[in-house]
Amino acid sequence: MTSDNDRRRGLLARLRERPAARSRGRRRLGAAVRLIAALMLAGGAYTVFAPGAQAQDNPQLTGAAAEGKALFDVSCVTCHGRNAQGVEGRGPSLIGVGAASVEFQVSSGRMPLARQEAQAHRKPPVFTDEQTRQLAQYIQELGGGPVVPGGDDLHEDGNVAAGGELFRINCSQCHAFGGGGGALSSGKFAPSLHPATDRQIYAAMLSGPQNMPVFGDNQLRPEQKADIIAYIQETLKHNQDQGGFNLGRYGPSTEGLAIFLIGIVALVFASLWIAGKS
Amino acid sequence: MKRRKFDLAATPGKAAVGVDDRFQVATPLRKLLNKVFPDHWSFLLGEIALFSFVVLLLTGVFLTLFYEPAMTEVVYDGSYAPLQGTPMSAAYASSLDLSFDVRGGLVMRQMHHWAALLFMAAIVVHMLRVFFTGAFRKPRETNWIIGSLLFWVGFLAGFTGYGLPDDGLSGTGLRIASAIMLSIPVIGSWVTSSIFGGEFPGVMIISRMFIAHVLLIPGLLVALISVHLGLVFKQKHTQWPGPGRTNGNVVGERMFPRYALKQGGFFMVVFGVIALMGGLFQINPIWLFGPYEAWVVSAASQPDWYVMFLDGSTRLMPAWEINIPLGDGYVIPPLFWPTVVLPGILVGLSTMYPFLEARHLKDRKSHNLLQRPRDVPARTAVGAMAVAFYLVLTLSGANDVIADKFQISLNAMTWAGRIGLLLVPPIAYYVTYRLCLGLQQHDREVLAHGVETGIIRRLPDGRFVEVHQPLSASNGHADGHGELEYVGWVVPKKMNRLGALGPAIRGFFYPIEKPVEAPVSPGHPPVEARPEREEIGSGESRR
Ligand code: HEC
Ligand code: HEC
Ligand code: HEM
Repeated sequence: MTSDNDRRRGLLARLRERPAARSRGRRRLGAAVRLIAALMLAGGAYTVFAPGAQAQDNPQLTGAAAEGKALFDVSCVTCHGRNAQGVEGRGPSLIGVGAASVEFQVSSGRMPLARQEAQAHRKPPVFTDEQTRQLAQYIQELGGGPVVPGGDDLHEDGNVAAGGELFRINCSQCHAFGGGGGALSSGKFAPSLHPATDRQIYAAMLSGPQNMPVFGDNQLRPEQKADIIAYIQETLKHNQDQGGFNLGRYGPSTEGLAIFLIGIVALVFASLWIAGKS
Repeated sequence: MKRRKFDLAATPGKAAVGVDDRFQVATPLRKLLNKVFPDHWSFLLGEIALFSFVVLLLTGVFLTLFYEPAMTEVVYDGSYAPLQGTPMSAAYASSLDLSFDVRGGLVMRQMHHWAALLFMAAIVVHMLRVFFTGAFRKPRETNWIIGSLLFWVGFLAGFTGYGLPDDGLSGTGLRIASAIMLSIPVIGSWVTSSIFGGEFPGVMIISRMFIAHVLLIPGLLVALISVHLGLVFKQKHTQWPGPGRTNGNVVGERMFPRYALKQGGFFMVVFGVIALMGGLFQINPIWLFGPYEAWVVSAASQPDWYVMFLDGSTRLMPAWEINIPLGDGYVIPPLFWPTVVLPGILVGLSTMYPFLEARHLKDRKSHNLLQRPRDVPARTAVGAMAVAFYLVLTLSGANDVIADKFQISLNAMTWAGRIGLLLVPPIAYYVTYRLCLGLQQHDREVLAHGVETGIIRRLPDGRFVEVHQPLSASNGHADGHGELEYVGWVVPKKMNRLGALGPAIRGFFYPIEKPVEAPVSPGHPPVEARPEREEIGSGESRR
């Protein structure tokens, strides 16, 4: 994430400073020459270290990415700007976020964003799978970044028990033990994991949307990611609930509610009934 | 040889005579069986607590047969696949076995836990009944104190039980308990290391909690409950005021057979409700929490509902730390106030309330008649204030779940809780006080003017007036208004309560008596004289 920010700042600084330098150059030629030299040095160094930034000047897009660019320029450009460079106060730059991030945001319906609020919500997706892939391809070719491996079933050889342990260590503090989600500060929240597909879970771990940390391949190896997905999909979602209706898996708070609403209410009625028999 | 004729019908009587000849039990037994209990639904709330305690004992003994109170590390190989091969404590492994590999174990675990929640809920509801009706007044203050202690000992029972399975959630709870103990100034670290046998979590806490949970605390509870019931027996139950009921008598049903039958039936109902809940609703799914590890804390980690108010007070407490420049510097952490001082004050206030009230009202008399909440507005309002305080704290204990599910900012919830804790109780006091006064006033109005009939009469001069049915024959008042005295019991406010609209509908699910087809004219209510009541003695006076 930090490297993205540096890159973004460098790009903006360069765009802003070039015209400024020229106008000053008319008045003081010597200063301008020195400045341009310095700028060219900086700019040159920048292009060397940030290959992604080059793409926006001279995009060499494959067919799918070109389709993606067309979609992007209709639906996303107002907030994410021309060539996904971001618009101050509307949407961040997407250079370097990778196909994983786009796939996560678009396939879960979060993007295109409906309105600005504390956090994007899951909605029915606006784009088809094909279009999502094209958008992702476009952003990928613009700036590189993490990509979700191919296939729809990413947990085939995942180990549920290992995944459970990893889930409890890495995910349950935000998404709760049952994957039902939980509150974070200031109106932000970790959503329920129940609607997520294998690919979305994988993409979320790779891209770390919003307040969620990025779980890159150094933090969680691909096999471990498969374990976690297996635990979420097979244990949290598809396992039948042992012991009856789970009351929404909110833990002791709904259990407390249930004992009053069901237990006490039933027994008060019973006592009214018994006391009325005389 | 002559065969003696065997008279089956006479055997019970003969056997009883035989027993009495040897043990002389007839007199005390008759006294017991003829003991009279007043009948009102709200007097059955305490029984819910008693019966769920019985269910706790029964299911708890079953759990003890399979549970292993040890923290030795084992590798799980039971039938719950998502945990197979996971290292965990023997306590957790045996709780999982109870849930998945012991026949009927899961339903027993769930019944035990639901019964625990019901036990505490019934204690609280029972306590509210006693409070709002003034049943705690002299001579019953001791029983009020015992009742309050029962709540706090039940609290400990629940907390130690919650810790036994040694899952992720109960470990988090224990961790918080150890932090609370550590926050006590001066003796905190000593208390904690004594209880845990060293640093948290140590290796003995589970076996210590086990012995407390299955022996010491239930023993204490049984003792307290016995004294509690013994005192109810000795001091006799309070009753509502009403026809024939005075401060000096008890009107109701005999212990045997009616009361005993009803109680037996009610026990079955309580047992049935707990069994249904244990079978239908999942509670404490320990297999999802995983074994306790210090670095695992799930979102929405809450204690059981009766502990949640302490969680709430902790969440609302601002981070005010007190530094005392003594020696190397001494710190009183903010946790100390909401979790040690606050419950301390609550225990003190709740147990001492009867004495505080008596002192305030300079009331030294004995009271065997209950009061309607509306007749004592100040007490009722104080009770509403206490309930509001407790509710705000309890809701704040679940504020992250509420914030998440109702999409409110968690920060807003915390501030709402802080402000609410200061504002809601006084508002509850004021509103309740006014409601009580309003209800009182209406009672007096009906006593003075009679029941509204809903009949509008047009006077010769064109005015309309509503006809009221006076409650008594006019006592010399020309306008038919008799001054009736309020006796502290329900004032009839509807015509069918007076029998004017046919027999009032009685019975809970269906009318016992069918109402007559056509309403009878309100001018001639078919009221009959009440049948004379038979005085019921306790047996004692007859011998
Ligand atoms: C109304 C403005 C708006 C529109 C339209 C919009 N976005 Fe966004 N987008 C945002 C904002 C604001 C964020 C950052 C906040 C967030 O992640 O919730 C964001 C974040 C993202 C991210 C995550 C960036 C990261 O750092 O990982 C991706 C990817 C993304 N948008 C892609 C798209 C795509 C693709 C479209 C078009 C289909 C689109 N957005 C349309 C406002 C918008
Ligand atoms: C610090 C808290 C935090 C942790 C830890 C965390 N997440 Fe998240 N997660 C979030 C937040 C916040 C979002 C919502 C992002 C958004 O809406 O833009 C999210 C979203 C997700 C989603 C998308 C849900 C949907 O609507 O489809 C998935 C899947 C997910 N997380 C999986 C995981 C997994 C797997 C882990 C553990 C490896 C994990 N998260 C750990 C905070 C967290
Ligand atoms: C008022 C009395 C009691 C209360 C409030 C209470 C409460 C609890 C609670 C909340 C639990 C956690 C249950 C779970 O979800 O696993 C528990 C567990 C347990 N209780 Fe009790 N209990 C009481 C009495 C008893 C008695 C009398 C016994 C035995 C004689 C007992 C034996 C146990 C055992 C063995 C466990 C562990 C079960 C497991 O880990 O699965 N309890 N108790």
